[in-house]
Amino acid sequence: MSKRAAAAALTLPVGERDHAQGPTEAPVTLVEYGDYECPHCGRAYPIVKQLRQRLGRRLRFVFRNFPLRESHPHAQHAAEAAEAAGAQGKFWEMHDRLFERQFALDDDYLIEYAGDLGLDAARVGRELAAGTYAPRVREDFRSGVTSGVNGTPTFFINGVRYDESWDLEPLVAALEQAAKR
Amino acid sequence: MATPPQGPGAPLPAGTRAPDFALSSTPGRTVSLADFRGRPVILAFYPADWSPVCGDQMALYNEILPEFERYHAQLLGISVDGVWCHTAFARDRKLHFPLLADFEPKGAVARRYGAYREGDGFSERALFVVDGDGIVRWSYVSPVDVNPGADGILRALEPLAGASAPA
Repeated sequence: MSKRAAAAALTLPVGERDHAQGPTEAPVTLVEYGDYECPHCGRAYPIVKQLRQRLGRRLRFVFRNFPLRESHPHAQHAAEAAEAAGAQGKFWEMHDRLFERQFALDDDYLIEYAGDLGLDAARVGRELAAGTYAPRVREDFRSGVTSGVNGTPTFFINGVRYDESWDLEPLVAALEQAAKR
Repeated sequence: MATPPQGPGAPLPAGTRAPDFALSSTPGRTVSLADFRGRPVILAFYPADWSPVCGDQMALYNEILPEFERYHAQLLGISVDGVWCHTAFARDRKLHFPLLADFEPKGAVARRYGAYREGDGFSERALFVVDGDGIVRWSYVSPVDVNPGADGILRALEPLAGASAPA
């Protein structure tokens, strides 16, 4: 076998473990593998917000962690902080805060953001120090590797890797196309 | 006159013996394929150091090294760049695996693997997984502008794990 048989596809289906926005029964699921310190993911963040508005309830958006730890020294803890916030019911609030404050991701800031969001910040601090959510982040990362993630951000539309431009219009067009199928 | 193949070529297929080679990885160190007999080897040919796309692929593999290590596999990056260029590139990107210089005669190893782009003067973005006995078990040529990721590599490594199954 000298060729890849098919386009790269998600090896870990979207399920209960995932952080998702939008209805479970939406005709289109967009999965992003991203890194909170990655500038390209930072550029994708408002685009995802806009396309969620455009697609409305036809879209479910899922974010999975793919921290590039060698390139981005704060990415791992930022991912764990989002998971820690998720454990207290505020994953998306922290997710947004991290992308909006991409330039300030030291541990002290992560704990401060948890406090700003009304979370038990001391608990988040302890969980970061203990690496409580490191296995969960690693699980996301591994699922990305086996699914063909080839950089950040990598998007999957209904389980198939999307290799074209993720600027707003082409991405909306691809999602609309998938919604029709 | 026959024109040499262009674009995605025909890499050595699964089942063929991987040609041995000895290439410099640093000004003082030579690496040969035979050094890794008994373990799987991932050969990642790429066009050039420093081009942003290549950097992405090598940087990605650098992050994925622990996954390759679960299969006791050794990753080797290979391009036609010289050792000084590789050294600077590896230091800049904090790479933790060897980059080999297929520099003189230029592209000789890539040619033997069917992974050289004659008209361009650099290698394809070509992946080979070689088993512990030195046999190619999987090969893949990606469009030169597409980072192939690592899913194919991991799928090829899985059946080689055998007794040393990943933890």
